[in-house]
Amino acid sequence: MTAETILFYLFGGLAVISALGMVLNTRNTVASVLSLVVTMVSLGAVYLLLEAYLVAAFQIMVYGGAIVVLFLFVVMLLNLSTDEFPPSKQRLIKSAFVIAGVAILAQILIALGHDPLFATPPEAVPEGYGGYRQVGILLYTDYVLLVEMASLLLLAAIVGALILAKRKID
Amino acid sequence: MTPLMHGFVWGLVIATVLVTIAVLSIWFERKFSARMQSRLGPTLVGPAGILQLVADALKMMQKEDLIPEKADSILFRLAPPFTVLFTLSVAAVIPFSENVLAADLDIGVLFMLAVGGLVVFPVWIAGWSSNNKYALLGAMRAVAQGIAYEIPLVLSAMVPVVLAQSMRFSDIISVQAETHWFVIWPLGPGLIAFVIFFICSLAEANRIPFDIPEAESELVAGVTTEYAGMRFGLLQMAEYLHTLIASAVAAAIFFGGWDGPFAPGLHWMVLKTLALFFTIFWIRWSLVRFRSDQLMALCWKYLLPLSLLLVMVAALFVHYCGVGA
Repeated sequence: MTAETILFYLFGGLAVISALGMVLNTRNTVASVLSLVVTMVSLGAVYLLLEAYLVAAFQIMVYGGAIVVLFLFVVMLLNLSTDEFPPSKQRLIKSAFVIAGVAILAQILIALGHDPLFATPPEAVPEGYGGYRQVGILLYTDYVLLVEMASLLLLAAIVGALILAKRKID
Repeated sequence: MTPLMHGFVWGLVIATVLVTIAVLSIWFERKFSARMQSRLGPTLVGPAGILQLVADALKMMQKEDLIPEKADSILFRLAPPFTVLFTLSVAAVIPFSENVLAADLDIGVLFMLAVGGLVVFPVWIAGWSSNNKYALLGAMRAVAQGIAYEIPLVLSAMVPVVLAQSMRFSDIISVQAETHWFVIWPLGPGLIAFVIFFICSLAEANRIPFDIPEAESELVAGVTTEYAGMRFGLLQMAEYLHTLIASAVAAAIFFGGWDGPFAPGLHWMVLKTLALFFTIFWIRWSLVRFRSDQLMALCWKYLLPLSLLLVMVAALFVHYCGVGA
């Protein structure tokens, strides 16, 4: 067993355990959010082991850094109490998610049965494939319209947030 | 030796050296601040009090391991080591010379920013799990400040990336070695980007004048209020490590890293890092603390637009004059 394999199982196991910890933890929401961070960062480490450096950096930066911080603030500001999610309601939500999870798992297994992974050896990727240069060039040539649309969306969101906050102050 | 083994060995060496320097710098700072305030500082333990930090560490280890009854005991214990861990991880991609480096990643600068951005989590956990209102207020301030200053930090770090046309630290340094250090040329953007980067690093590390998360006059000790003994020591050390590593990054991407005449590269890198580190002490003992709103105004109203402009200027410079012109 090489060091890479050991690291893979270490981070993969950590990702699975913390994902379970996030879902099964009903004690406090903040701990759930923190489990989510561990999941995201472990996935980032797995991407690093796969030499998908850009994806790893984005995984850690965007999911671990930005989005989860947002979750954290939302959880703290909402100040949820158990009355708003009574156990009866929780049971319903949980069973819905379990059904959805089982359905997705079944679908993945069926798909793998039809077309097993690594049945054919993967093709060699060209030098620098998936690096920041290639991704950047694609983003600002072929997909430039989508990038600009996304930035407009963000601008609208910022302006909206400012107006909402300002109305409260005034 | 495989890259992974190389990373392990060099990572261990670099981490050990950095932690040692960070610990020694606590003694240095006490002496230095004493000099600035016409005091003597530590004098009793060892020559010129240099063993004071050994005595302090022994004292911290002997202290009772206090965990508040209402605190979340698991998270409370996890926070200090993770603060140090995430801070140290950044050092993995910093080259200290052509050979002394743990991992020369293609996305070096991006990795540095991504992992560095994670440090807000353990700090926040420390404040939240303490179950103390001063700690929680400190943690909220730390996160707000961390998120805000992250943006100009990232943008100002992009200026050398654009100028060198690479995110790999060793490429950025070679371009500077072949032409000029980015802090000197192109005149203007490099220097201003360095100043912004330096200010934002200080803010991320919660150092004076940006230490509102632990402002002792209003928040007791902020995030660290409930911590005692070695856990407090770790949180304190993470702050010194953060500033030390930020100095090393600034030395690498703005001051040409290992580039310098006469002496081997490692000497120059260490000299530049320590010079910047010293400047941080200087700033700390010269300035007073910002107020919370002044801090946010400085970031959002001045640093953010300025750093956006700098990235554009750097891109135009490369477009019209070429890389390293």
